[in-house]
Amino acid sequence: MKEGDGHHLHNEEHRQSLKTWKEIPIGGKILEAGSSKKYKTGDWRTFRPVHNPEKCTNCMICWMLCPDSAIRVGGVDDPNKGRKGVSDNPGLGNFGGFDLDYCKGCGICAEECPFKAIEMKEEKEFED
Amino acid sequence: MIILKRKKWRDNPYLIKIKMAKTRRALTGAQCTAEAMRQINPDVVAAYPITPQTNIMHAFSQFVADGAVNTDLVTVESEHSAMSACVGASAAGARAMTATSANGLALMWEVVYIAASTRLPIVMNVVNRALSAPINIHCDHADSMGCRDSGWIQLYSENGEEAYENTIMGVRIAEHPDVLLPVMVCQDGFITSHCVETAEILDDETVKSFIGEYNAQHPLLDVDNPVTYGPLDLFDYYFEHKRQQVLAMENAKRVIREVFDEFGRITGKHYDFFEGYKLDDAEKVVVCANSSAGTVRVVVDELRGRGEKVGLLKVRVFRPWLNNMIVEKLSRVRAVAVLDRSASFGGFGGPLFTEIRSSFHEEKEKPNIINYVYGLGGRELDLEQVRRVFKELEEVKNGNIGKRVRYLGVRE
Repeated sequence: MKEGDGHHLHNEEHRQSLKTWKEIPIGGKILEAGSSKKYKTGDWRTFRPVHNPEKCTNCMICWMLCPDSAIRVGGVDDPNKGRKGVSDNPGLGNFGGFDLDYCKGCGICAEECPFKAIEMKEEKEFED
Repeated sequence: MIILKRKKWRDNPYLIKIKMAKTRRALTGAQCTAEAMRQINPDVVAAYPITPQTNIMHAFSQFVADGAVNTDLVTVESEHSAMSACVGASAAGARAMTATSANGLALMWEVVYIAASTRLPIVMNVVNRALSAPINIHCDHADSMGCRDSGWIQLYSENGEEAYENTIMGVRIAEHPDVLLPVMVCQDGFITSHCVETAEILDDETVKSFIGEYNAQHPLLDVDNPVTYGPLDLFDYYFEHKRQQVLAMENAKRVIREVFDEFGRITGKHYDFFEGYKLDDAEKVVVCANSSAGTVRVVVDELRGRGEKVGLLKVRVFRPWLNNMIVEKLSRVRAVAVLDRSASFGGFGGPLFTEIRSSFHEEKEKPNIINYVYGLGGRELDLEQVRRVFKELEEVKNGNIGKRVRYLGVRE
């Protein structure tokens, strides 16, 4: 399992990439739009959602309630296609997998799924 | 008064001299401040009433109602909201101002730090008042002194005229690209804010051209260049941002000096971080901030008349603190009494005293320094008390220091 973002300070590679106080904008301002995409909050996850296609009816309640927009919709031209957790070819408007780069593992999807089609499993059970 | 039409005197080099006009007017400190705000004509003012600040906003809201300014006056529901509105307005690219006192400043607290850390050049007038409890509406400096580490520049004003000048200069200091820090302009509650004195007010054009246009660095309303204000900043970058604030305060020392000099050329007055009075050969000196300087000056004149070598050092700028200059001003003095209008409970003396005493730590040549905590909750500092301070300084001068921290005007 990867460490949380702040813990990257202990990661030598990350530490080398940090800028000095003279190199960053003042006041904590971020001058680049949309930079939050670079902040992979999936690092925070302790439990990973696992999808059971047998039970799933594609009601998309998980997609509506996910606070991090980490439920993918299938069938659309998805730029994240082929990324970890994104299904290859689900039907149009159907459940298209989890975006594990941003899923914090809160478990709201599993809690709210009326068909118990999502199960939360500990990250240590996975190899990647 | 300028009789010629603008176009003419601008074209005529011989009339440049009379371009600037000063008017002596009878005004309270609050009215002086409101007058400065009218001339600054900020884009946004957000404020909530609290005694004794209320008179500033009372006068300023009249200017808004009369159409004398273009300011968007936001009448918010609390001081927390007042400072929040200023932060939002300033981040959007507006010139934003507010005013408060005591408990109002305390309620702002969280956002006071945010304004400084986000590097927003807001100018706030603080009319110094004692903090509760027990509830008290009169003057002491506990409110602004509590903000000494918040990252705000702090200017102190002896009277209404100084509050007027500090407010105008505050805008230039705050908005300087090397500084970009908020400025707190302090004046004594009631003593200064509510009492009428004559004050020299400049003409509108002079003030307008002195402060100039404000061009924000990365305004939120610049939709073509989107930026983020106030993101999460954990242990990988927060410290770096604090280090930048230290540099900004360091730069402020130079910028304040430049702005003081430039404004001084307009008013013909000399402004300094610490302003001495009859200091040259003085052996005994009282250091204080705000209106008490006027009281001490009267006693200095009186004792000088009797041949005593006494002087006054008035603190105009408390943040940033000019370490070298205080040493330069006081190192040849033999005894110094620092008057603090706020107590630091559990500390060794008040905030001014600890600052001055620590400035002298490495110096070989230094005076004996003692501290008086005085005037809490508006307790009057009268001439007799100041005479007593100079009398006690005689002992201190001779090496009998006695108690370092004393209390002036409290019933023992």
